[in-house]
Amino acid sequence: MLPELSRDEILRYSRHLLIPEVGLEGQRKLKNSSVLIIGTGGLGSPVALYLAAAGVGRLGLVDYDVVDSSNLQRQVIHGTSTIGKLKVESAKAKLLDLNPDIQVDVFNESLTSENALRIARDFDLILDGTDNFPTRYLTNDVAVFLGKPNVYASIYRFDGQVSVFYAKEGPCYRCLFPEPPPPGLVPSCAEGGVLGVLPGTIGTLQATEALKILLGIGEPLIGKLLLYNALDMSFDFVKLKKNPNCRVCGPNADIKELIDYEEFCGVPSHDHDEGSAGAGLDITAPELAERMKTNHLKLLDVREPHELEISALQNAVNIPLGELAGRLSELDSADEMVVFCKGGSRSARALELLASAGFKKAKNLKGGINAWAREVDKDLPVY
Amino acid sequence: MTILRIPTPLRPYTNGKNEVNVSGANISEALNDLTNQFPNIKPHLFNEGGELRPFVNIFIGENNIKDLQGVDTPVKDGERLMLIPSIAGGMHVA
Repeated sequence: MLPELSRDEILRYSRHLLIPEVGLEGQRKLKNSSVLIIGTGGLGSPVALYLAAAGVGRLGLVDYDVVDSSNLQRQVIHGTSTIGKLKVESAKAKLLDLNPDIQVDVFNESLTSENALRIARDFDLILDGTDNFPTRYLTNDVAVFLGKPNVYASIYRFDGQVSVFYAKEGPCYRCLFPEPPPPGLVPSCAEGGVLGVLPGTIGTLQATEALKILLGIGEPLIGKLLLYNALDMSFDFVKLKKNPNCRVCGPNADIKELIDYEEFCGVPSHDHDEGSAGAGLDITAPELAERMKTNHLKLLDVREPHELEISALQNAVNIPLGELAGRLSELDSADEMVVFCKGGSRSARALELLASAGFKKAKNLKGGINAWAREVDKDLPVY
Repeated sequence: MTILRIPTPLRPYTNGKNEVNVSGANISEALNDLTNQFPNIKPHLFNEGGELRPFVNIFIGENNIKDLQGVDTPVKDGERLMLIPSIAGGMHVA
């Protein structure tokens, strides 16, 4: 039995009720539906706002993070007044202001193999708004094991991908990407950046797919992948087929339960050890400042040239990480060297590359030039 | 001659080009032509053994070459090729 709509709800949703494909019954279906949104960031913001506005009866929000000023360029569910607050609480307040008739369940934790099945079990549909490969594979596998549709999207700079992975009726994420790229080969948004409106475009497409599935109308993107590029303003579609060798949804699947996704992807699902190259390989910003008073240290900046306009260290040599392998001849392995980037991730990878090429005296500036700007030179901006 | 579409994450290795003209009778030859023109892209597409990395998907028209004949899939003049990478994106990480 579908729930009835109140007099107020009929007025609120009148523009839906006028569409024959939705109508009173469709709106009651939405009221009876639930969607779990993984991540309350760039993608999760528009998704949650539009699903709440549309009257989806229950939304679940999973996020462990707090609102930061650098989020607000694209994470429009949060605001300046909620900087420092839990993202799930900031989002919940906004959603209930937009639509007090819905229920918002918050999970202030990162999605893990231990909690994911419990959290996702009671929702009709899972929506992947995550920012990292471990959580993406985890979300996929949870959706496959629970037999729920997974509305997928991913973004980078000007590019977006959207699909509906629903193993009962089509391929899953692993059918397309059986394994993740090795760590470091694919840059994250924090390294590569993202046009603020891009998650708006892509997230609203995700919300559209979610509503279609909940209403049972139209043709969902099952077995199809949408590729969007904002600069070219291009929408391309390709066909996706179920991979007969898929390890989670194929006929001979050998992965029957959730695994350790950080190990599988070789990267942490979130930044619990931000910008470190590991034991003995780091130097902190204050330590570097101290060393620079007495020693001559070579400084290697592996950021992209346009980032130097934001902040830079004097006398640093700039070789972007992507060019480093081909420009090692410009460096001397006898030099004591400190490598840095924005936050310490790219420089940690540069250090691995340097070590394999025989540069044994290089250290990583832990936390990058942002740590330097926070702890040593407060005139430099943090970005 | 065939047009190969390059996704944003790989454009730093093609001098920023979003499309590259490649020639070859099949996917393997077309990719060879690509890596001859832009050697820096090679490690992003192939592993040390010279095999296509499993997270790299190549589509010819609407179809994944994995659903056709892999790198032996023939390429006709004017067909459109697309490289489709894994992208992680959402928001954060240093």
